[in-house]
Amino acid sequence: MRRFRPLAIVAAACVLAGASGCAIKPIEPWVKPYERERLADPVMKTSLNELPGRQRDHVYTVREGSRGATGVQGGGCGCN
Amino acid sequence: MAAIKNAAKVAGLVGGAIAASSVQAVDLPEDRAETMYHLYDGGGVIAQGPAVLVRKSMLDRVALSGSWYVDAVSNASIDVVTTASKFKETRNQGELGLDYVVRDSLIHVGGSKSVEPDYQASTLSVDLTQDVFGGMTTVLLGYSHADDKVGEHGTPGWVGTAHHWQYRLGVTQILTPRWTASANLESIADDGYLKSPYRLARVFGSYIHENAPTTRESKALKLSATGDITPEGANNRRSLRADYRYYWDTWGIHGHTLELGYNRNLAPGWLLETSVRYYRQNHALFYSDNASTQMLYVSRNRELSTMHDFGPGATVSYTLRSVPGRYDIKLSASYQFIDFHYADYTVGPVGSAKPYSYHASVLNTVLSATF
Repeated sequence: MRRFRPLAIVAAACVLAGASGCAIKPIEPWVKPYERERLADPVMKTSLNELPGRQRDHVYTVREGSRGATGVQGGGCGCN
Repeated sequence: MAAIKNAAKVAGLVGGAIAASSVQAVDLPEDRAETMYHLYDGGGVIAQGPAVLVRKSMLDRVALSGSWYVDAVSNASIDVVTTASKFKETRNQGELGLDYVVRDSLIHVGGSKSVEPDYQASTLSVDLTQDVFGGMTTVLLGYSHADDKVGEHGTPGWVGTAHHWQYRLGVTQILTPRWTASANLESIADDGYLKSPYRLARVFGSYIHENAPTTRESKALKLSATGDITPEGANNRRSLRADYRYYWDTWGIHGHTLELGYNRNLAPGWLLETSVRYYRQNHALFYSDNASTQMLYVSRNRELSTMHDFGPGATVSYTLRSVPGRYDIKLSASYQFIDFHYADYTVGPVGSAKPYSYHASVLNTVLSATF
């Protein structure tokens, strides 16, 4: 427990510093907006369109025991 | 000392995120229209139909969206033909959504209704997306509630109801000018009629109606990384994606999903998306292919068995017409192959039964426009 106390104090100080903008300078965003052109390219998307994601999510959800955290809103049964 | 430095770095990130959150404006989702024909064919089941989606923004702060999805199902799956008879039915699902920008936040409110002859589901959802840390970090908080009515052919009215609560938490982080990473956690709680009125379980070789618990709680954690791997100087962009999802629930199921994706521009206007997906799970606590003891809960639903599936997929998209800054129209075609294997769901006479397996094809073609 003693080992983590200094870490907690440093963390709390830095969070407060970030929130208030006081002496301790927070880390600045290191990828500037003009450097994000590659990230916005359609080739970076999982899927170009939205509807195929719903089909795909439904196909797997009704055939596997797992569900959730796919980023697609479910609905209905359509079982079997 | 190194630990303190790391803690300071992480805390500095959090502090920076809070400090920078007021300078980044979020964007509404783009105006778009999609129309799709989809088909699933595998294991004696064919599900197909059209789907449409339209989203339009107004006043620079609000976007309205609507969609309609049809599943026309012809079912002659192995559990249906061995314990019941082949059937056909249609599921219609409609959705309405509203996106609203407030300061640096994007709020999405949506509702959906899914109707089929023996099942109805109504869902309401709220999602809040916030860009922080100079736009390098995106945080998502979401909640959905759904009410289902479960029916049975030949029985008037409904045989039961079910209620679902979903909580979502997600973070997407820009790591470098080429790489992003994300973590998404979703918790789902269910209460009510969670079994199927049709499915039969096998106990001492005899078939009885399955019985499942009336509550279920699950969690899923998905970790993703996507990167631009285009060599310097190359014209055709390419990206690599790796996803892993771990799932666990109170029914005793643990699931692992691993997916790798590779996208590439083939030529001006042409985009290829490829992926390969692997999934495996262990069976639910009350699942049995042929129970040899009396149990309060018993099911032979093969989605709850020990199983795995695997398959590659590919999508090709072509830009039919593009007027930069005004609109573009694209045509896409997609194919996914899935190979399902069940370790403890068998077919054939008792004594010489074999583990069940089948493969499926998932296809769709989409005409889409952004404007």
